[in-house]
Amino acid sequence: MSAPVLRVENLHKRFGALTVTDDVTLDVAGGELHALIGPNGAGKTTLINQISGLLAPDAGRILFDGQDVAALPVHARAALGLARSFQITSILPDFSALENVALAVQARTGSSFRFFGRADAEAGLNARAAAALAEVGLTARAGVPAGHLSHGEKRALELAIALAMEPKLLLLDEPMAGAGREETERLVALLARLKGRFPMVLVEHDMTAVFALADRISVLIYGRILASGTPDAVRSDPAVVAAYLGDEME
Amino acid sequence: MTDAPIAVPRARPRMPSLTAELLPALIFIAFALVPVLAATGAETYLLSLFTRVMIFAIAAMSLDVLVGYGALISFGHAAFVGLGAYAVGILSSHGINEALIALPVALAAAALFAWLTGAICLRTSGVYFIMITLAFGQMAFFTASSLAPYGGDDGLTIHVRNAVAGFAVFASNRAFYYVVLACLLGCYLVCRALVVSRFGRVLRGARENPIRLAAIGFDVYRFRLVAYAISGALGGLAGFLLANATEFVSPAYMSWPRSGELIIMILLGGIGRLHGAIIGAAAFILLEEWLSGVTEHWKMIFGPFLVAVVLFARGGLIGVWNEIAARLKA
Repeated sequence: MSAPVLRVENLHKRFGALTVTDDVTLDVAGGELHALIGPNGAGKTTLINQISGLLAPDAGRILFDGQDVAALPVHARAALGLARSFQITSILPDFSALENVALAVQARTGSSFRFFGRADAEAGLNARAAAALAEVGLTARAGVPAGHLSHGEKRALELAIALAMEPKLLLLDEPMAGAGREETERLVALLARLKGRFPMVLVEHDMTAVFALADRISVLIYGRILASGTPDAVRSDPAVVAAYLGDEME
Repeated sequence: MTDAPIAVPRARPRMPSLTAELLPALIFIAFALVPVLAATGAETYLLSLFTRVMIFAIAAMSLDVLVGYGALISFGHAAFVGLGAYAVGILSSHGINEALIALPVALAAAALFAWLTGAICLRTSGVYFIMITLAFGQMAFFTASSLAPYGGDDGLTIHVRNAVAGFAVFASNRAFYYVVLACLLGCYLVCRALVVSRFGRVLRGARENPIRLAAIGFDVYRFRLVAYAISGALGGLAGFLLANATEFVSPAYMSWPRSGELIIMILLGGIGRLHGAIIGAAAFILLEEWLSGVTEHWKMIFGPFLVAVVLFARGGLIGVWNEIAARLKA
């Protein structure tokens, strides 16, 4: 495997007396899909928030693309190529789907301290935004205000926004959360297509999807990594089965 | 992915429709005609009244850029207006009556004050932002009140309006009226370009979801700070004009009720519309003028009227206009 895109070392985070991230070390290799599973409250989203910069860790290092980003704010990490989707949909409801994505393209293309000229008429931005929408199958909905999209479409839009950032790493926090079965199937197929093109950290509760997609799986319980390895190794790990998979799989 | 030649569906920007352009056009035509009509009657009174309307429209519009497009409810906007006015007053008291000096000083003073205070205010949000902008506004007010060499509480009389490159252009009320109208039009066109530009799109995006904006790589704070400084500078322009219009500057220009009035004006006209600020300023000042002529207890009528507009006319007077237009079409 190539050098890791992301390496998290000995990360610690406490909320008061509660330890939510307990000495977590993990890495993501180039092109790898690294899934993060664990019961509710295990600290998966907290970990994603620390990697993306919404939360500051108490201790530990976060190396992204060879650089320690633990002290950088969210927007600086995003500018380095760290893209994320949110567990609870985070889009611009009054902007059209296309403009949601075009704004992400704008962030990567030239200065945004331009005060004249219509941003929504910039063909370069719109073309790349349209390409990202096509990738997630939202071409027909490009002109619709994002707030009027169906739940599954909003989930797809979040992915399109992340793709438009031309990321070096995708952090996907339950991209299928709340989507119906058909929508979930579409999203899983989409992730399978994206796999290999972008290294990804995937937090997901849908075990079928996780075991089908992941190259490696880390199991997080009470803020600690209980096990980490290939899907087969994790599936047969007695500690994992006892602590988590036992009741999830059947 | 990015270079794929994919047809762009419905990517063409929505060009503003004719009816959407009609109202701003009507407003500016009406202002342009005021001096013609005023010539038939109480010219001095009408010109000064409508000059005041347009000056407050500029101030309200600059505030609308923050409130309507950035969801930044600044309660200290009068300070920028006051700073612009004091720039004229203080320079004039030292014998400098040249607009080509006073205007840049007014804009720079207001922008600088906005930049410095904004750097602190914009670290907060919500109610805290409202309170801290209010606090800085009051700070400016009390500072002006204690400026003994420049009139302190009593304010400062300006003995002669600014000259432009040595020519007494502002001396004629009618010429000054058209100067203010040109400033209002310029301010409107600049703000309109601003809110649809790349910069404006970031500002509007941050209004809806600042966390999403940060997650795609925008330093929202910097964009808001620049917007705050631009808005402050335009407020300073209004102050520059106000000082020349009234030939007087007073700490009252900066007091918090003035900031409140500016917010009411944009609420009244329709928030986030730019020309709504013009309509709001006109409605506010003309109604105040008319009612105060009818009864000395005019605030008893004016207050409930404002409450009714805010309660029942969502989108302000522009909202009412759109509703009527929609009904007529149907």
